[in-house]
Amino acid sequence: MEVVWESRELLWQGLEYTLRLFAVVIVLGTAIGILGGVGLLYGHAIIRALLRAYVDIIRGMPLIVTIFILFYGPVAYGINLSSFQSIALALAIFAGAHMSEIVRGAIATIPRGQIDAAKSLGLTFWPRLFSIVLPQALPLMIPPWTNLAVDIFKGTSLAVLVSQADFLFSVQKRASARGHYLAFYMSAMVVYFVCCFAISRAGAWLSRRTRIGLA
Amino acid sequence: MIPDHLNLVPPPLIWGIRLPYQLRWEYVLNNKDWFIDGLLLALEMALIGLAFGSVIGLICAFLHSSGNRVAVAVVTTYVELIRNVPLLLLVFIFHFGLPQAFPRRSTGQELVLDLLPTPERTFMVVLSIYAGAYLTEIFRAGILSVGRRYLDAGRSLGLTRMQIARSITLPIMLRTVLPSLSNTFISLFKDTGIAFFIGVRELSFAANRVNTDFFRPIEGWAAAGLLYLVTAWFLAFGLRFLEGRIKWTV
Amino acid sequence: MSDSRQAVAPATTAATATMPMVRIAGVHKRYGDLHVLRGVDLDVQTGEVVCIIGPSGSGKTTLLRCINFLETYQEGRIWVDGQLVGYRERNGKLVPASEKEIARLRTETAMVFQQFNLFPHMTALQNVTFGPIKVRKVPKDVARQRGMELLARVGLANKADSYPAHLSGGQQQRVAIARALAMEPKVMLFDEVTSALDPELVGEVLAVMQDLAASHGVTMIVVTHEMLFAREAADRIVFMDQGIVIEQGPPAQVLDDPQSERLRAFLSRFRSA
Ligand SMILES: Nc1ncnc2c1ncn2[C@@H]1O[C@H](COP(=O)(O)OP(=O)(O)O)[C@@H](O)[C@H]1O
Ligand SMILES: [Mg+2]
Repeated sequence: MEVVWESRELLWQGLEYTLRLFAVVIVLGTAIGILGGVGLLYGHAIIRALLRAYVDIIRGMPLIVTIFILFYGPVAYGINLSSFQSIALALAIFAGAHMSEIVRGAIATIPRGQIDAAKSLGLTFWPRLFSIVLPQALPLMIPPWTNLAVDIFKGTSLAVLVSQADFLFSVQKRASARGHYLAFYMSAMVVYFVCCFAISRAGAWLSRRTRIGLA
Repeated sequence: MIPDHLNLVPPPLIWGIRLPYQLRWEYVLNNKDWFIDGLLLALEMALIGLAFGSVIGLICAFLHSSGNRVAVAVVTTYVELIRNVPLLLLVFIFHFGLPQAFPRRSTGQELVLDLLPTPERTFMVVLSIYAGAYLTEIFRAGILSVGRRYLDAGRSLGLTRMQIARSITLPIMLRTVLPSLSNTFISLFKDTGIAFFIGVRELSFAANRVNTDFFRPIEGWAAAGLLYLVTAWFLAFGLRFLEGRIKWTV
Repeated sequence: MSDSRQAVAPATTAATATMPMVRIAGVHKRYGDLHVLRGVDLDVQTGEVVCIIGPSGSGKTTLLRCINFLETYQEGRIWVDGQLVGYRERNGKLVPASEKEIARLRTETAMVFQQFNLFPHMTALQNVTFGPIKVRKVPKDVARQRGMELLARVGLANKADSYPAHLSGGQQQRVAIARALAMEPKVMLFDEVTSALDPELVGEVLAVMQDLAASHGVTMIVVTHEMLFAREAADRIVFMDQGIVIEQGPPAQVLDDPQSERLRAFLSRFRSA
């Protein structure tokens, strides 16, 4: 275990990269997902079809495919993304597709009577969405959103294949340098577990907070 | 980090604009065997993962429902640990970590080498353990969904706990978890896409090889992506069809 | 109750100077192949209380939803307070109105639903003040004060801060009535508002509605199966079947001297019950 402790600074750099990646991706992915979910339900027919294709294609492929295509694709066509940018983009696109489906599903379970009542009061589309639909859909989204966040955090480990900077990469690098694989891996396991578990707990807390008035 | 090698084949000029990258699908088509073999191996590994994972999951779910404190603690730890750690790290642990954990030529190391002789085998073992954690949760929900009245009926018939589990809970539960099993299979199929990292020749391996051998990353990964997509859609469609066809006698 | 209000002009002779509060003329509504409303004509005067009765599936709910433009209609016209609902007329053709116009017209009609449809994430008082604050732009403190008055009027002043999940069905429905009243609508639409309630809770809701009807401050169109309520509170009863108005008139006339076979058959079910 001392071998691991000696490498703490390098490992911390890796973890910092991973945490930064996660933060960017969860914000971007959630934003894409909210737009995507609303678009899937209320968009123009063409927009709905495009979003449906996006969601189904991304969700039908392993994350690793999206990562590699976005790692090589943009650069090959003259768009220069740093490796952090390209992997963040790939993960955000992946998270956005899953989040779209979560948002769509949550909104779709709001009873039609709620919309009727809001219309009847004279509310137009956007106030209806923001004052009536989303506040009720939000608590329903949080548990699956939390699961998605855990999956995304685990998914950041795939950065090891392309980025040469994330936490798992630094673990792998130090492990092979020092030759104590198991000690390094077990430490990494603890770190991933603590992070993912913290995400789950935070989600559960948020879920309780947002359920005001909802049985 | 990207690669001058993308410019090995000079891209064409169209309307005076030089296209940066020209797709050359022949690198995929000439090596379609890599992709087909990879796809089959991916399906095989997913199926094995589902089968062994189901065995693990069933055992753990029933252990958990027994209410025994030790059993509940062990199962909970297993499930939470596996679900909160990336699959890739588990793969690393089994592939790089385990063989090295024992002194050279000790019985421990020989045992590990016997159990995990190839990367394929290692990955299938890891995938089974990984799937087992998720399937435990699925089966646990299934057990909970079996109504009290069925259990009471069994008890009033004088069945033992074992008999109730086998002849009442199991068949009723299987019916409710079937859709989740289909979904798990499709997830596992996609999860196999990281096995190439330890040298397993699955579908992503083919994509990666097109990249490393011919510097054609986009064609290779796009082809693999398409195959994953089409296969996952077929599986989703086909499994839902099969679910509908199964005649339930319970 | 003034008897003069009972004489109701048929829609065809409506070429009088003043338009009734609600005018429904030849309205047809189809869901795909299902022809639900087959030419409904109905006028409701300002301050009038009209009860609509009829067998299940006869299109009563659909008609109310069309008046509030929660449903589109394919033929005919509906006017509320002289304004065409959901469409504008251009060269004799109907073109859909803008979302804003539809929303504005909906504030003139308030609907109370069979399933209450209170907003579960808002307290009783927030439910009542939400419309005035958000749509009518009433200052918050004014809306709150008015909301408390309305809750007191439906007997729920002490439940102002309760969430709907903690209210009984009867209480929820009374809040829903207060919510509708808060918009100060010209027309209130009630769709079987007691049908989803346990029998012992029906009375408290009907009492509120009876009080409302007696005041004649607002035009009411009430779909109901409560014949006793209809007899007591209504100025006029309208019998609908299979998407058209079959008979209408003062309660005594419609309930005690039905002209059509269908109405007789319908009423006999209530007598025997
Ligand atoms: N959204 C809808 N889609 C298709 N058919 C509908 C819809 N709403 C109502 N209907 C049909 O229209 C008919 C009239 O319904 P409704 O107006 O609810 O009758 P009532 O309120 O008199 O019982 C029924 O046959 C019903 O099945
Ligand atoms: Mg109805």
